[in-house]
Amino acid sequence: MQELKANMTGNVWKVIVNQGDKVEEGQEVVILESMKMEIPIEAEASGNIKELKVGEGDFVNDGDVIAIIE
Amino acid sequence: MINKILVANRGEIAARIIRTCKMLDIKTVAIYSEADKDSPYVKMAEESFLIGPPNVNESYLNINKILSVAKEAKVDAIHPGYGFLSENGKFADSCRKEGIIFIGPSSKVIEKMGDKIVARSIMKDAGVPVIPGTEGAVASVEDAINLAKEINYPIMLKASAGGGGIGMEVVHSDEELEKAFESNLKKSQRFFGDGSMFLEKKIENAHHIEIQLLADNFGNVVHLYERECSIQRRNQKVIEEAPSIFISEETRKKMGSIAVQAAKVIGYTGAGTIEFLVDEENFYFLEMNTRLQVEHPVTEEITGVDIVEAQIKIAENKTLPFNQDEIVSEGHSVEVRIYAEDPVRFFPSPGLITKVEFPEGESIRNETAITNNYTVSPYYDPMIGKLIVKGSDRKQAISILKDALMRYNIEGIKTNIPMILEIINNEIFQAGQTTTDFVEKHYLPVIKK
Repeated sequence: MQELKANMTGNVWKVIVNQGDKVEEGQEVVILESMKMEIPIEAEASGNIKELKVGEGDFVNDGDVIAIIE
Repeated sequence: MINKILVANRGEIAARIIRTCKMLDIKTVAIYSEADKDSPYVKMAEESFLIGPPNVNESYLNINKILSVAKEAKVDAIHPGYGFLSENGKFADSCRKEGIIFIGPSSKVIEKMGDKIVARSIMKDAGVPVIPGTEGAVASVEDAINLAKEINYPIMLKASAGGGGIGMEVVHSDEELEKAFESNLKKSQRFFGDGSMFLEKKIENAHHIEIQLLADNFGNVVHLYERECSIQRRNQKVIEEAPSIFISEETRKKMGSIAVQAAKVIGYTGAGTIEFLVDEENFYFLEMNTRLQVEHPVTEEITGVDIVEAQIKIAENKTLPFNQDEIVSEGHSVEVRIYAEDPVRFFPSPGLITKVEFPEGESIRNETAITNNYTVSPYYDPMIGKLIVKGSDRKQAISILKDALMRYNIEGIKTNIPMILEIINNEIFQAGQTTTDFVEKHYLPVIKK
């Protein structure tokens, strides 16, 4: 099981995957937006999205869990 | 006569403009979004108006709302600052239709210079050297690849409507061009609503050097010398200085007179800047900014001219109070931009500033947007302040800067101060070898070790 964490404080601009989706390592899961900069958050390992912890428009802090992949 | 100005901006530049207005006994009106209600600039103005939610489209880019506030407050003029609506021809026009002075050039000039392809062609006709590249927009990927054969790689692929470093990419081969073309097209359509792109030869080992101009409504144009702004990250400036120690006196004179000539040809009025790329032998037109620039203070420091005051006087239809010979450059000034961001990854770092202490001193100028217990919101640009120093020469200016940065204390969020210190301590920076690839070549490799 892998906890995918935000690496920057900002807003969730786009959620690219759905709960239950299979993702490959390096695949974009969500895109965070802050101060005019978009940062994609990629899966660190292949697996299934067990839980999505955020929705579009949510505010996340650096280190917050975005999704759980297993 | 202008008796009351609405400042259509936020943060440090709103505070900067309000300060000069106060000195000139002009009343000021600040506008703010819900995210900026506790910003120091809001309290500096005589009147302030909440104009909407944090989202820029509903606040700082909301032309109708800003104009209705301007009418309600009965202002004579609007100062747009930089960014937001400052280079929006439609806004300039709308102000004037309402009988409000827009502090800036005509909407025609703004629109021409805002279109990079049009600007390039106008400047070429005005006798300004341009970078070898395509004459107009490229029609397709195939067209781009064909034209690239004549220009030779490496090539810059640029969006005609681009700005702020968005919509441009360097490519080294047909394959890279093909890939970049698609992604750049999507990006520029989304950001600027216009996907036109053109190609320019990538100038290697270039310095970014720009000329500050002032032009009144009677055809008088002067330049206030150059600024060297080569230290950049993500194509945005971090350190700016004046004068440039890279160019010779002869090149300085040539760049100044060509910039003045170009301003005359296009009928420019107000304060503006022509940006150039400069290598060992040549200088080339990059773009023209038809507004006040972030880094204008270094020019003010070496010439003693208050550029905001000059903008207001020009808008009042006054003639320039000086001619070219009367503008003297003295000493050396450096500005650094303080960004709320991680100094290694350059990722934004918004949040609560628990404590802030600014360095003070005779040769130190602070332009800031923050105070103790101020929350830096994630909605706007990461720049939270500028530190400007002046010395009798570059060496002294850098030494004052180093001392000031050591005393600059911001707690609670990450800032790029460690990055700036690392750069100004670098021997290559100190020797003035500040090419635009400095951060990739001499900063990132050092800190990643």
